[in-house]
Amino acid sequence: MEQERERNGRLCCLCSGRAALRRPKTLQQLCRECFFRVFEDEIHQVIVSNGLFTRGERVAIGASGGKDSTVLAYVLAKLNQTHDYGLHLFLLSVDEGITGYRDDSLETVHRNQIQYGLPLKVVSYKDLYGWTMDEIVATIGKKNNCTFCGVFRRQALDRGAALLKVDKLVTGHNADDIAETVLLNILRGDIARLSRCTSITTGEDGPIPRCKPFKYTYEKEIVMYAYFKRLDYFSTECIYSPNAYRGFAREFIKDLERLRPRAVLDIIRSGENFRISTTAKMPEQGTCERCGYISSQKWCKACVLLDGLNRGLPKLGIGRSHGVIGASRDRNERNGGKTIESKQCGTLDF
Amino acid sequence: MACNGSGCQSGCYKDEEEPKRENPAVPTKTDSASNGNICVKCKLNDSVSGYGGIDDGRFCADCFRSNLFGKFRYAVTSNAMISPTDKVLVAFSGGPSSRIALQYVHDLQERAQKNFDACRDRSLPVFGVGVVFIDESAVVPIPSGEMDEAVGFVSSVVSCLAPPKKELHVVPIETIYSSNSSDGKDRLLKILNAVSDPTGREDLLVNIRMLALQKVASEFGYNRLVLGSCISRIASHVISATVKGQGYSLPADIQYVDARWEIPVVLPLRDCFAQEINMLCRLDGLKTLKLSTSPSSTINGLVSSFVQLLQEENPSRESTIVRTAGKLIPFQFNKIPEITDGHVPLATRRRQKRYNLKSNESVSSESFCPLCNSPLDKSEIVNRSNHDNGSTGEFFYAACCSSCQYQILPRDSTTMEQFYTDLPQSIVSRSEEANNCNLSLLREQIQDCLLSDDEEET
Repeated sequence: MEQERERNGRLCCLCSGRAALRRPKTLQQLCRECFFRVFEDEIHQVIVSNGLFTRGERVAIGASGGKDSTVLAYVLAKLNQTHDYGLHLFLLSVDEGITGYRDDSLETVHRNQIQYGLPLKVVSYKDLYGWTMDEIVATIGKKNNCTFCGVFRRQALDRGAALLKVDKLVTGHNADDIAETVLLNILRGDIARLSRCTSITTGEDGPIPRCKPFKYTYEKEIVMYAYFKRLDYFSTECIYSPNAYRGFAREFIKDLERLRPRAVLDIIRSGENFRISTTAKMPEQGTCERCGYISSQKWCKACVLLDGLNRGLPKLGIGRSHGVIGASRDRNERNGGKTIESKQCGTLDF
Repeated sequence: MACNGSGCQSGCYKDEEEPKRENPAVPTKTDSASNGNICVKCKLNDSVSGYGGIDDGRFCADCFRSNLFGKFRYAVTSNAMISPTDKVLVAFSGGPSSRIALQYVHDLQERAQKNFDACRDRSLPVFGVGVVFIDESAVVPIPSGEMDEAVGFVSSVVSCLAPPKKELHVVPIETIYSSNSSDGKDRLLKILNAVSDPTGREDLLVNIRMLALQKVASEFGYNRLVLGSCISRIASHVISATVKGQGYSLPADIQYVDARWEIPVVLPLRDCFAQEINMLCRLDGLKTLKLSTSPSSTINGLVSSFVQLLQEENPSRESTIVRTAGKLIPFQFNKIPEITDGHVPLATRRRQKRYNLKSNESVSSESFCPLCNSPLDKSEIVNRSNHDNGSTGEFFYAACCSSCQYQILPRDSTTMEQFYTDLPQSIVSRSEEANNCNLSLLREQIQDCLLSDDEEET
């Protein structure tokens, strides 16, 4: 009797098979197959209801070899087949030139290329900017190097996408990332970013729009999917910012999720519903006089940073010159380097 | 008449701080570095620290006091919160924030009284002040002796704040049920116990408390309700509302004025940090009261400890949060309605100063959640016809905002029906009102085609 009840308690709530997991998003008990199905179906619904793609488009998947982009590549390739989107998919990777980290993760992407049958393009910082991250860190030290990496990666992805002649670029930003960005933008007072960080497609006025099919997908479910599908991904932290993943905001979101799984979606919903005053100052979008990339300043951030590097003034363009900000950074440093944000590596600016 | 000459010695509050204002308020960098413990404002006394915020350690005790009061007074005058003919009800919980709110309203009243006594033509009357304390012992487990002590404490504080005399209303929370029904307490407990989510229960209690405050204010003829919400409290609210998916209605709750209620609610301490308020209580030896309640793990609790952590890490974090949320478009009811009544003396009307009201950009919203009274966004406004054959409880459920639906209302329809019958009349009538309002709007549109004025025949 007892055993029977126990088994009954572990039934999949969709097919009545044996449940293997509790879904983080809804706390439903599901079997593996049903989980795969609802996971993929949800992403399909997001793609269809938001009209992310049109038939015949060339789409690049920003692939780092990490769990998010690996699952994204796998799921997109699968959905493209089963639902006949008619998309031409490509993998696009950026080689920052970090020995012992990116070279290993790029191997994962190379394997994925074969496993999923998707053509791969790798653009490297060395080719684009003449510097690898190893060289940059050797020049400026381990502090602030995420600024360079983030700014350069953003542009590198766009340039790689242009080389592939794709119509769209998709990234693996998940619901947790977006919820965190909403909170961070409130905490930092960044009203301009707050107004656009929840849109599923950004840069539609630019040459290559970016979209985030995982906007409503929980990080934990992505890990679960990768785990049960035994997907091949790379999960080491960047050697230059090993603690970048431990920020106040991230921990806060994890705590919230424990109390109320729906909170992550609710934060995104709030972000979508914020009505932002039109008189709030918005930076004007222009183009960089030097490289032609979109920029709100005379030169784009990458050009400013690169110029500093090449002139031997690597601190140029990092942070602000006010003493106060330096002081608060120092304080953070003393607190064990803990900051409010988690992913410093450029994933935050959408 | 207000004294506007500098020679007037009547003690009207405009003059009092003038001498201090002559010193430049902004210190130069070298000053603060070289003699860090001299007040940057008066440059005479030693500065005090420990009051947090961006100004921590910059002012001496006196300048700190006048700076904090200045923030309060600026909020009051620039938003026309209190006019001479008003009757103001201060919600007093015994905690530091509402203690300071009460003290400051009293100071303001005292000054107004002095002005009144000194002015010959007596054209500006002194606004009236009352105090309300809500006794929540019916719903929160508090030892009975403690509540009696609390009531004793509150009345001693209020009686010390005279003259002018302030009326004190000590009201049990179950007052939201009409006075002739004796089962108010039971019904209130029933609806609170029907809420399974601890955060939802907390939020429902907040809504009910507001109803009780509104009822007292309305019964005794007050026309303003003063709450002691400080910037720290509002910053936490910004984050927790975001977390609960209330991004649309959030701007309604965090402005200086919230006139969506029958009696407009004002937040004059919106620019003061909790630490500053605690400091002032310490400096002036103001006693406060903390009822012993058991801590519970709710979203609200988690958020406020998160915000506190951030504030410790960066002393301007709370104000950044509130400033960011302040850039969201407020609603039309977020200002004190202009006095159009011709009976109000001209001098009073002229007093209604407004500095920062941008009415052209606010949003008008006609539909509110009957439970929490937050404005509903388009996707939340329901079409009555979809629920025509449903029960009243079902209709009520559908009329609520999605946040209340998720964290407060029971999902099971029989429990929902019971929940609905136990709700106080003031909430029930809100949902009916909304419905009637929709009907009459529809009726207006087809008015010219109707043959009879009678509702029944058409």
